[in-house]
Amino acid sequence: MIITSMTFIIALYIFMLAAFTGYVVISRVPSILHTPLMSGSNFIHGIVVVGALSALLSATTLAEQIIGFFGVLFGAGNVMGGYVVTDRMLAMFKPSATKPAKKSDEKSAS
Amino acid sequence: MNLLEYIVALSGLVASGLFIYGLKGMSSPVTAVKGIVIAGWGMAFVVVASFLQVFNLPEDVLPHLPVNLGLAVLALLLGGLWAGRKGRTVPMTAMPQMVALFNGMGGGSAAAVAAVALLHHAGGSALHLGVTVTGALIGCISLTGSLIAWAKLDGKMRNPIRFGGQKVFNLAIFLGTVVLGIMTVIAQMNGAPEGGLYALLFFAGALFFGLCMTVPIGGADMPVVISLYNAFTGLAVGLEGYVMADPALMIAGMVVGSAGTLLTVLMAKAMNRSITNVLFSNFGAASQQAKGPQGEMKSVDPADAATTMRYASSVIIIPGYGLAVAQAQQKLYEFVKLLQAAGVDVKFAIHPVAGRMPGHMNVLLAEAGVPYDMIYDMDDINDSFKSTDVALVIGANDVVNPSARTDKSSPIYGMPILNADQAHQVFVIKRGQGTGYSGVQNPLFFAKNCSMVFGDAQAVLSKMVEAVKALGTN
Repeated sequence: MIITSMTFIIALYIFMLAAFTGYVVISRVPSILHTPLMSGSNFIHGIVVVGALSALLSATTLAEQIIGFFGVLFGAGNVMGGYVVTDRMLAMFKPSATKPAKKSDEKSAS
Repeated sequence: MNLLEYIVALSGLVASGLFIYGLKGMSSPVTAVKGIVIAGWGMAFVVVASFLQVFNLPEDVLPHLPVNLGLAVLALLLGGLWAGRKGRTVPMTAMPQMVALFNGMGGGSAAAVAAVALLHHAGGSALHLGVTVTGALIGCISLTGSLIAWAKLDGKMRNPIRFGGQKVFNLAIFLGTVVLGIMTVIAQMNGAPEGGLYALLFFAGALFFGLCMTVPIGGADMPVVISLYNAFTGLAVGLEGYVMADPALMIAGMVVGSAGTLLTVLMAKAMNRSITNVLFSNFGAASQQAKGPQGEMKSVDPADAATTMRYASSVIIIPGYGLAVAQAQQKLYEFVKLLQAAGVDVKFAIHPVAGRMPGHMNVLLAEAGVPYDMIYDMDDINDSFKSTDVALVIGANDVVNPSARTDKSSPIYGMPILNADQAHQVFVIKRGQGTGYSGVQNPLFFAKNCSMVFGDAQAVLSKMVEAVKALGTN
């Protein structure tokens, strides 16, 4: 990592801005999407797999390797599972506007 | 070499940007699919880029590199393939426990990152170690807590485990864990040999506390709990991001942490309860039984109820989790389409906590093909019940229980409910005469304008479909 040191104060700035971002991005979400949104945000915190990968790749002892392995294993599960279920759920949400469109398609086809 | 470093560092920046953009897209059904795909590309990019750091490792790691790389690829493949397969095959009804499980894995991963960081860097500042340990604590709680939530939602653990003095016991475990965490930090700073033992005990304590904290919470409260643990994992990831000096983890983790907190608060509000109340009160205790109104329930034949709805001008349907258990969403939508064809104005009313997770019912209806613009939130539709001919309640109970408005002794008192009882006629499709998930008796079922249609939702709806079809379309 090119970032070798970060003062805690800078970290606090990042945390604060990120927290506001999360709040603002989510605050107007309709409750109809709460489940996909929860699994979607679940997917996003799966980025921890990157941290676990760094930890595992720079491991020097057996204990580090074992714990790092499980870190990556769990992280990968979090990422993949979160993505797949979110994508599956979101693909099902359809407005009724598509129905008349389909009907007109059928009519024009026939 | 420097170029590689920049690529790795900037991949996190790109990913964070894509995550936030994707999450923003997820807040509307129109752009949601695109949103998750964008976030997915960000994730793929940053994961692949993180492998570039193998060219830039310190000397002492190089002998271990082949093993580390092999383990990393193996873990990615195993975890990814297993979860991908699970995620593709899980039925929509079982989605909440699946989300809980994936979330717990994220928490476990954050805890593992913390553990490796503690092992790897002897010494370090109190602040750095303190953040490491705090993230580990939160991650561990999220891991075991989510596992319990999964077991409860999956029906593997039916009853909340409660005993006298539980709160004191839990508090003692928590304080003990915190003390062990502080001892770990101090031992690490001084490079004391007993640091490893303290750390081991600390992790054991944190994992155990996650269990203790979650076992007394009733199944009905699990939606709030999963959402809370989702926020917890986000927070843990953010803190470990600081430990690893990786801003992408910090940003993504904290965004999820605050978004998850907001979702949790919204959800708790929908149940008119505070989060502390959910976590520390014994809601849904089995002792609250069969209190409340007694009397005769009127029952009606499915065909008669269907006929009434066919000639009504407006119908509001209130689906609950029972509908999904009976796998009757498809049948319901078939019935709804028949009603619509007959000119009936049909709407769906969804309570914020319908299903086993907020928004779960919307997903189940979407799966059956119900367009989302027919589905209304409680706040948008509650005033319409007064002017509605028929309210059809299917597999829902507590969310239409009027005693939440009036009966101060009721455990669900104060919870906002759907005003189904204000419709001119109420039909309730219900398997039997039992109480709801929370074990509370429902006076709506004894109301004058309410008729019960007893039976399995799937069977009842099939009969209703036939009855409406038999009436023709004039």
